[in-house]
Amino acid sequence: MASVDTTQKNSRDRLWQALQSLEPLFALLMVTLGFALADQVWGQGRFSELRNFRVVLVQAAPVAVAALGMTLIIISGGIDLSAGTASMLCATVLAAMLSSDYSITAAVTCALLTGAVCGLVNGLLIGLLRIPPFIVTLGTMTIFLGVAKRVAGGSTVFVDRQRMPQWLNDLSSTMPPDWQGWLPRIASGVWLAAAIALLVAVILRYSVFGRHLFAIGSNESTARLCGINILTTKVLVYVLGGLLIGIAGLYSFSLVKMANPVEGIGRELKFIAAVVIGGGSLNGGRGSVLGTLAGAAIMGVIASGCAQLEIQNSTQDIMIGVIIIAAVTLDQFRTRRQENA
Amino acid sequence: MTTEAMSHSSNTPEQPRLSMRRICKRFGATQALQDVSLEAYAGQVVALIGENGAGKSTLMKVLSGAHAPDSGTMLLRDQPYHPRGPHDARRAGVAIVYQELNLAPELSVEDNIMLGVEERRLGFVARRKQRQRVLQALELLEHPELTPDRIVGSLSIGAQQLVEIARALVSQAEVVVFDEPTSSLPAHDVERLFTIIRRMQGQGIAIIYISHFLEEIREVANRYVVLRDGRPAGAGLLTDTSDEAIVTLMVGRTVDTLFPEVPHDLEERVLEVQQLSGTPLPRQVSFELHRGEIFGLFGLVGAGRTETLRQLFGLDQPSSGCITIDERRTAATPAARIRAGLGFVSEDRKGEGLAQSMSITDNLTLSNLRSYTRGGLLQLKKRRQATLHWMERLNVKARDPEQTISHLSGGNQQKVAIARVLHQQADIFLLDEPTRGIDVGTKAEIYRLIGELAAAGRSIVFVSSYLPELMAVCDTIGVMSRGRLLDARPVLNWTEPEILKVAISS
Repeated sequence: MASVDTTQKNSRDRLWQALQSLEPLFALLMVTLGFALADQVWGQGRFSELRNFRVVLVQAAPVAVAALGMTLIIISGGIDLSAGTASMLCATVLAAMLSSDYSITAAVTCALLTGAVCGLVNGLLIGLLRIPPFIVTLGTMTIFLGVAKRVAGGSTVFVDRQRMPQWLNDLSSTMPPDWQGWLPRIASGVWLAAAIALLVAVILRYSVFGRHLFAIGSNESTARLCGINILTTKVLVYVLGGLLIGIAGLYSFSLVKMANPVEGIGRELKFIAAVVIGGGSLNGGRGSVLGTLAGAAIMGVIASGCAQLEIQNSTQDIMIGVIIIAAVTLDQFRTRRQENA
Repeated sequence: MTTEAMSHSSNTPEQPRLSMRRICKRFGATQALQDVSLEAYAGQVVALIGENGAGKSTLMKVLSGAHAPDSGTMLLRDQPYHPRGPHDARRAGVAIVYQELNLAPELSVEDNIMLGVEERRLGFVARRKQRQRVLQALELLEHPELTPDRIVGSLSIGAQQLVEIARALVSQAEVVVFDEPTSSLPAHDVERLFTIIRRMQGQGIAIIYISHFLEEIREVANRYVVLRDGRPAGAGLLTDTSDEAIVTLMVGRTVDTLFPEVPHDLEERVLEVQQLSGTPLPRQVSFELHRGEIFGLFGLVGAGRTETLRQLFGLDQPSSGCITIDERRTAATPAARIRAGLGFVSEDRKGEGLAQSMSITDNLTLSNLRSYTRGGLLQLKKRRQATLHWMERLNVKARDPEQTISHLSGGNQQKVAIARVLHQQADIFLLDEPTRGIDVGTKAEIYRLIGELAAAGRSIVFVSSYLPELMAVCDTIGVMSRGRLLDARPVLNWTEPEILKVAISS
């Protein structure tokens, strides 16, 4: 009897847990439906058009990719405030190299390397000097901005359209070509983001490195006790995060075909917001790919919905702020209830 | 029954200052307190005695308002007393001096003492008036380090504790609780503390003194209340009761069943420690450990036992000395020591031993994840199977291996911490207070397990502050004092008084 009860309770618990992990997706669905409805009533019905969803996806993809990097870092108990300027530094390197006649391969490689090196610098400073990540990345945030300004030569770097390879253009194209054949007509950048998300999910769930990240974020002393090399793991997570942040830089360049270092300021907060809306904890040890993707998408939907409904930009900012606080409040409420159970 | 009968005979004419009657408190499935009663009289010290996990702290949390009791009544000066939190309790005249000090290290002595009860005038701190009250309190404490402007972080631990006591004094506390106040104090500070307690008694303050050191209790207290597994086990006057009688009340069972004996033999040497020193502890510690040996390390808090284990495991760096494992030396990192066959169970389960927000599976397998990788990916099913195996082997009570570890009881958490070391297939177990804060039943299971490990040819270093368990379980006992390992002998060549004598010598 007792064993039957426990198995039933077990499966119910697991179902409950599975539902909880889908919670951010549920929130995304609610926000989307809300806007679709509002658009039908007060708008011109453009929000629900397929074309609009293409736009939302293209705009959310760079945030999502960088936020995935941020997810890894936040799970390990860290934070990267330099992500915004670092990602713009990568875009600037790419733009500057393209405009000075380097090959596209060399330019992209250098841009991605720049991202990884930014992460390496953060990781080494945090790991070796034992300075809190918040302080280190607060410092590197302006350092990267300064470096980017130098690379840009003080102003925005424009690139001649003819120099732009087609694939880089397509990365954020809202009307991608039909070559993708059997794939739905969505920008290649969105597919790339999906592939990266899958990879990050596999790393988190199925790799030793992934479990070590959770362990360090959950309790660094325990991780040390278990023989985990804290320094290597931390450096690695910032390098990996930096690489993803660099890729996000490529996206933003392909979207606007120019690079302005100052554009990066404050962008990191969007990445962090996506992670937090998706259930990541700034205390470390918690965060998920699905949650972060939903978080990035929710912000994209709000931006697009507000544009379609001609709601002011200010309202949009307020809505995102409310959602961040609501998400965390809900989360804490739930955690407390679980602890008391 | 016993509680009431005894307190009637305790010859106290007046009404108790504080009376807690039939307090019950339940956390989830655990009945933390069941019908516990406690009375404190003005000008008297009542000792609250019990093993770790007996419910002493829970009872004090109920008193301080941190937990609301499920049932039972509390009276302070014959008035109903329902504190809504520590601040409320302090205003009502109940102050608690905690074992872990709750001070703001960057603030001055005066600011710490007056924190939350500042003398105000129009929202500003009335410095001069406040200074008078602080000086009055400090006068009673008579400590050379204590001046109002001194920064608390620069004080010795003993002086810091006095700051906590001063807090109680300035708020005109009528009931003061001391929660294991001597556990981190050097001997001369203990004497000073007792003097102060006597002075407070003289001022008519009712004192509750929590400890499991019987000698201390005899020196300072008049009456006692013993708790066991959250229930009242006995109460009475200390002058009427022998030490043996109190210990029997605390343990509540014969020592035979508590310490199951598993025969095992000592073989070749597996670990040699020579002149191990660290800053500041330990000092020139040398000993040997053999296959199949259970080596007990006894000493008072601060004797350097934990430091010795941490350096053995590579968590802290020794300043000099040499550690040889299986006649080899390795790098001083936990990873290298794990590879060399060492395993460590931390005394601080919450802060270090376990990652509280992770699952049982993660905590149990964390030190040996690589054994589950194939092609760089973890085989989650295999890992779950192994976790289930070890949970069954150590009788861990949990719903599911994926359950978050913080939801388990202290005893079950400790089993997972030990299971991790078993899982990583360690040969040498470094156990730091492995039975602290867990129930008696689980203790017996852990003693048996330690015996079985020795019988299987593993070696164990067993650090404990509880001498009876070391005497019953170990083959060899080493005694540390002030960082030095003064003497190590086979357990048969020791008596408890001899060990204590070495432990308190300097």
